[in-house]
Amino acid sequence: MQDVQESRLTHGTGALGRVTKRTGAAKRTKRENQEERIGWLFVSPFVIGFVLFTVGPMLVSFVLSFTDASMLKPAVFVGFENYVNLFSTDEIRSLFWRTLYNTSYYVLISVPLGMAVGFGMAILLNQKLRGQGIFRTLFYLPSIIPPVAVSLLWVWIFHQEFGLLNAALRVVGIPGPAWLTSTAWAKPALILVSLWGAGGGLLVFLAGLQGVPTDLYDAAKVDGAGAWSRFWRVTIPMMSPTLFFVLVTSIIASFQVFVTALIMTNGGPANATLMYVLYLYRLAFVQFRMGPASALAWAYFVIIMGFAGVLFFTARTWVYYESDLLGGKKK
Amino acid sequence: MTTLVQAPRSMSPISLRKVVSYLVLTVGAVIILIPFIWMVSTSLKPPTELFIYPPRLFPSVIRWQNYIEAPNASFIPLGQAVWNSLLFALPVAFFDVITSAVVAFGFARLRFRGSNVLFFIVLSTMMLPPQVTMIPLFILFARLGWVNTYLPLVVQALFGWNYAIFLLRQFFASIPEELDNAARIDGCGWWGIFLRIHLPLAKAALGIVAILSFTGSWSEYLRPLIYLKDPMLWPLALALQTFQGGKTNRWEYLMVMSILLTVPPLVLFFVAQGRYIQGIVISGVKG
Repeated sequence: MQDVQESRLTHGTGALGRVTKRTGAAKRTKRENQEERIGWLFVSPFVIGFVLFTVGPMLVSFVLSFTDASMLKPAVFVGFENYVNLFSTDEIRSLFWRTLYNTSYYVLISVPLGMAVGFGMAILLNQKLRGQGIFRTLFYLPSIIPPVAVSLLWVWIFHQEFGLLNAALRVVGIPGPAWLTSTAWAKPALILVSLWGAGGGLLVFLAGLQGVPTDLYDAAKVDGAGAWSRFWRVTIPMMSPTLFFVLVTSIIASFQVFVTALIMTNGGPANATLMYVLYLYRLAFVQFRMGPASALAWAYFVIIMGFAGVLFFTARTWVYYESDLLGGKKK
Repeated sequence: MTTLVQAPRSMSPISLRKVVSYLVLTVGAVIILIPFIWMVSTSLKPPTELFIYPPRLFPSVIRWQNYIEAPNASFIPLGQAVWNSLLFALPVAFFDVITSAVVAFGFARLRFRGSNVLFFIVLSTMMLPPQVTMIPLFILFARLGWVNTYLPLVVQALFGWNYAIFLLRQFFASIPEELDNAARIDGCGWWGIFLRIHLPLAKAALGIVAILSFTGSWSEYLRPLIYLKDPMLWPLALALQTFQGGKTNRWEYLMVMSILLTVPPLVLFFVAQGRYIQGIVISGVKG
């Protein structure tokens, strides 16, 4: 990913071809100074916003995480107490490990499955097929529906007696579980809902597939590669930057799962679907325990960055960029 | 979109493969569609057909009155809820477009020290989960007395939206440099180049940003929930589940309200479909 971003950046500045027009050295400096000032002026809204709404709050949150801040009384410094309580395995003091387990379970199953479904559909759609556009629109449709509406719809679908899903299961002779009220099936139910929206990644995959040069497939055919080995030796390596991008963004996005967990199960039954952000929301905005909640938020930040860091690190071994291939460098 | 032309093959494997592809795709499409059908059919069912065994996919009588009764039964009047949604979604979309365009132009065209690092920061903030800054921001806005106003939801848009900055920067960077030079010869400064050349050429991209921003706010749940304690201020996304007398088992009403919430994003999607998809895709592939 770092390589990608570098190439993006150089692409941007490389497009500037105004240097040729300038003549005198003094004139150039004056103009460059002016451009420097105006440049900062143009991007200043972002800079101010970044300081006010990202850097500032993150620092404040860090400080708060060492206090017992609540909305009711002035904050008192408590040292590492919040963190000690947070990482406690005693569930009366903290549900951190429970929520981390629930969220990881959700992320580690829904992301790979969702990507496999999206990628598979994209490969099928990446042929000369009639109705390609219609299929693409259909698969994307669930991603347009507001999460609240999605959640309400699926609560009704999962209804144990009168819901559609168990009715369908009954037809094939399977007695459906209690889904959202069952500790065993509530998490899989939320994962099913996320899979329904797997078409969001399909668009990105499809565009990526259409960018794979045809002559690579031709060359592979000439070398005697069958469809299977063309898929593994051409499609997958050429798609690896896209796969990587979707992997990182979907992990970060599904770690934030909130609305479905709040509306469909409200974390239940018996905390089986208490997701990280839902717990954070409860601590901060239901119980107004801002200090412990800030510690939870910082732990969350570190976990997400850790995930991303590990992915970026391993990416070097499996993500191929065209620039590497052109340079003949093999990994 | 163009279709990738595969290397030529003998006739029969292609058709077999296509038949299988069509089959799988159709099964996928049906799986996607059935919940939609269930949503619409429930919204049209008479109450007597909701809790029957086995459930019916299609109602025996179509009951259009649900679409009048459900909004009337809503605790927060539908008109009020829609107005509340627009009250912050429209300003947010407006400022997202304007400010992000200005910032994106700075990144696309102007050369200044630190621009690469700064643009890298823009990209990084796209990965930062908003929950990390949620608590201090709430305390800040509460101190400012902004709870029960739409200001906390709008004010950040004044400073640009990272995703839109990225999208528009890519777009501006693709505009030929010659156009800038021509405008400069005609006496335009940077601001003039931005207003007279880039903005008019980027109309479609700006439209996509507006649509994505609007649908995002329209669907938003967490922040309105935190900042709007008075139910009468709730946008439709929050208001749709509360009915007078706390009726909870009225699934036909809930589905009516859910459909009403879904219609605007759906219409916007179909209006701008091709470009909408491009907008989604650009961040994933141009990398």
